[in-house]
Amino acid sequence: MSRVEAILSQLKDVAANPKKAMDDYKAETGKGAVGIMPIYSPEEMVHAAGYLPMGIWGAQGKTISKARTYLPAFACSVMQQVMELQCEGAYDDLSAVIFSVPCDTLKCLSQKWKGTSPVIVFTHPQNRGLEAANQFLVTEYELVKAQLESVLGVKISNAALENSIAIYNENRAVMREFVKVAADYPQVIDAVSRHAVFKARQFMLKEKHTALVKELIAEIKATPVQPWDGKKVVVTGILLEPNELLDIFNEFKIAIVDDDLAQESRQIRVDVLDGEGGPLYRMAKAWQQMYGCSLATDTKKGRGRMLINKTIQTGADAIVVAMMKFCDPEEWDYPVMYREFEEKGVKSLMIEVDQEVSSFEQIKTRLQSFVEML
Amino acid sequence: MSLTQGMKAKQLLAYFQGKADQDAREAKARGELVCWSASVAPPEFCVTMGIAMIYPETHAAGIGARKGAMDMLEVADRKGYNVDCCSYGRVNMGYMECLKEAAITGVKPEVLVNSPAADVPLPDLVITCNNICNTLLKWYENLAAELDIPCIVIDVPFNHTMPIPEYAKAYIADQFRNAISQLEVICGRPFDWKKFKEVKDQTQRSVYHWNRIAEMAKYKPSPLNGFDLFNYMALIVACRSLDYAEITFKAFADELEENLKAGIYAFKGAEKTRFQWEGIAVWPHLGHTFKSMKNLNSIMTGTAYPALWDLHYDANDESMHSMAEAYTRIYINTCLQNKVEVLLGIMEKGQVDGTVYHLNRSCKLMSFLNVETAEIIKEKNGLPYVSIDGDQTDPRVFSPAQFDTRVQALVEMMEANMAAAE
Repeated sequence: MSRVEAILSQLKDVAANPKKAMDDYKAETGKGAVGIMPIYSPEEMVHAAGYLPMGIWGAQGKTISKARTYLPAFACSVMQQVMELQCEGAYDDLSAVIFSVPCDTLKCLSQKWKGTSPVIVFTHPQNRGLEAANQFLVTEYELVKAQLESVLGVKISNAALENSIAIYNENRAVMREFVKVAADYPQVIDAVSRHAVFKARQFMLKEKHTALVKELIAEIKATPVQPWDGKKVVVTGILLEPNELLDIFNEFKIAIVDDDLAQESRQIRVDVLDGEGGPLYRMAKAWQQMYGCSLATDTKKGRGRMLINKTIQTGADAIVVAMMKFCDPEEWDYPVMYREFEEKGVKSLMIEVDQEVSSFEQIKTRLQSFVEML
Repeated sequence: MSLTQGMKAKQLLAYFQGKADQDAREAKARGELVCWSASVAPPEFCVTMGIAMIYPETHAAGIGARKGAMDMLEVADRKGYNVDCCSYGRVNMGYMECLKEAAITGVKPEVLVNSPAADVPLPDLVITCNNICNTLLKWYENLAAELDIPCIVIDVPFNHTMPIPEYAKAYIADQFRNAISQLEVICGRPFDWKKFKEVKDQTQRSVYHWNRIAEMAKYKPSPLNGFDLFNYMALIVACRSLDYAEITFKAFADELEENLKAGIYAFKGAEKTRFQWEGIAVWPHLGHTFKSMKNLNSIMTGTAYPALWDLHYDANDESMHSMAEAYTRIYINTCLQNKVEVLLGIMEKGQVDGTVYHLNRSCKLMSFLNVETAEIIKEKNGLPYVSIDGDQTDPRVFSPAQFDTRVQALVEMMEANMAAAE
């Protein structure tokens, strides 16, 4: 097995076994883990506390039964899965769960956690251009920090936070580099591997993830770029899972040359910048700088233009919109984006992502005919 | 003599509803600004600037009630709006697209010609506020993008803990000041602070009389049929900063008080049970929901939805923190515990015997906590409840037969409880 294969295999293992990743961490450090609900959280605080932040983005193919009692069928697919897992006690080993509430569904879900872990809720301000929004978010972060300290029984110092911010910034930079490398070497990093590299970062300490991805990049870049005889796409949406779905991309030689997935590149889009102000203030400013996300209010609606630019920059043939079923923020963005794609002659295909579904024949047929059209 | 002299409240309601739309059409014709606004966004700033206001949610509800929603939903569907998106929003985006097409081509699309929709002009700006949902942020982003017009955002952060903290009020008040600056730029003239005070006072008088109406449901038997709150809501939404709302609500509250004194009740002696309606009305089937309950001799004497516009605040507070609090304390913008307390208060005041929860396909925020809300409330006051499937404007979701079966069960439970208590 080559080093590239070995690293990818390790990351795929982590991505596929979050529980093991958490148990290993606990055994190694004697500390626990904190759940991070989508979409954005001040994860650096959890890291600075010495706990392992664990992303909570649902599961795959789980039949919804217990959650039906608490959620109607038109709740978004990720939250159906999360609710089912809550009911099963899957998250009860977490020391706490941090909840942001940037959509109506998350507001409600933040009020009805069925597990045993304490829930820490905070609200992102949405009038993001204003300094008052930064001040508001700093206070929300201060409260999150105080609750975390109380629940975990640790003090989070500014020095520890600065250290964590630096580690997170480096990880984000390395992941942005990885996105480019994956675009240049689709023969090495296929859709499944690409996703695994992103997914693993939710269940690992970022410094460990960074080290592995850096090594992966160096190994790959040491080999020559090969011509790609397949198609290239930019994907957008909340997430693009499971591997069976990504296998279809591989089967039809569709390389993912960039993404705007909430679970993937949106997490690494903006850094916590150096500058004036303490760590919490600079973390709040990062939210102000966020762009191109359905959950971050933008009255200029720049997401469509951002995606079109991504296709130009990467030479992509098309955009694939991975529409999370019953995610209304994403559904509201779509008509404007679609019109902009059409106006600019950018080809696009929308596929529906439903975590409960385990059959992908329909998507396969649609992707196949789409590729033939490109 | 004033045109409205001697009109009954019901006539005033129809008159002023029409007049508000007419005002906007005339303003547009004079080349003045028209603003489309979210239903619980503060109108005080725009009204101070003399901007005519149109409320898409009320407009969409009206289209729904007049059985015209399907045409507009189909236009939105063709533009790529998923059926999962709020039907108020989809009806409005469909209507906006029709108006836009008419403005570009000079020809009204047939679907608009045939629509029962009230004729309102396209906006020059929009203002939104997420105190009743974040969908209003997405919807108004789209209006601003598709029409290339300014969008004023008043973000009231979800109150995950209560009471509302000072730092949240400070953030909201700062946005009020920012909205004023935005309007000064849009209008090209300074904000009139003296007029602003008058508008705030006017708003408070409208709210005062609105609350007087709702207050009448506490009497047993009730002189107020709670469904009338749904009918009169149009003016607390669209005209609360004008005297249109005050005049109408005062007349209605006065009529109800006179009726109470004279022993005239909404159900004329046939009131057997009293219920709470939780959620938005099923506008396309409003008549059915009302009549079914009336046939069962059950009267609505409690509903938190119209109470969203209980926007009382201190109009003299120059920090605007009081106004900020009024706009953010909306019960669906608060934690579950507070939501429960608000509903318990309404139930107690209205002396209700049970609750109908509207599981609204369009409104995730007003649906996804229904189970927990109902369970906690049941535990606290022991009153029965049922859940009905519906939608605020998409007529396809509601099933009259399901509704009737569920509410019959509720009424049976309520009557059994009453019999047991006697």
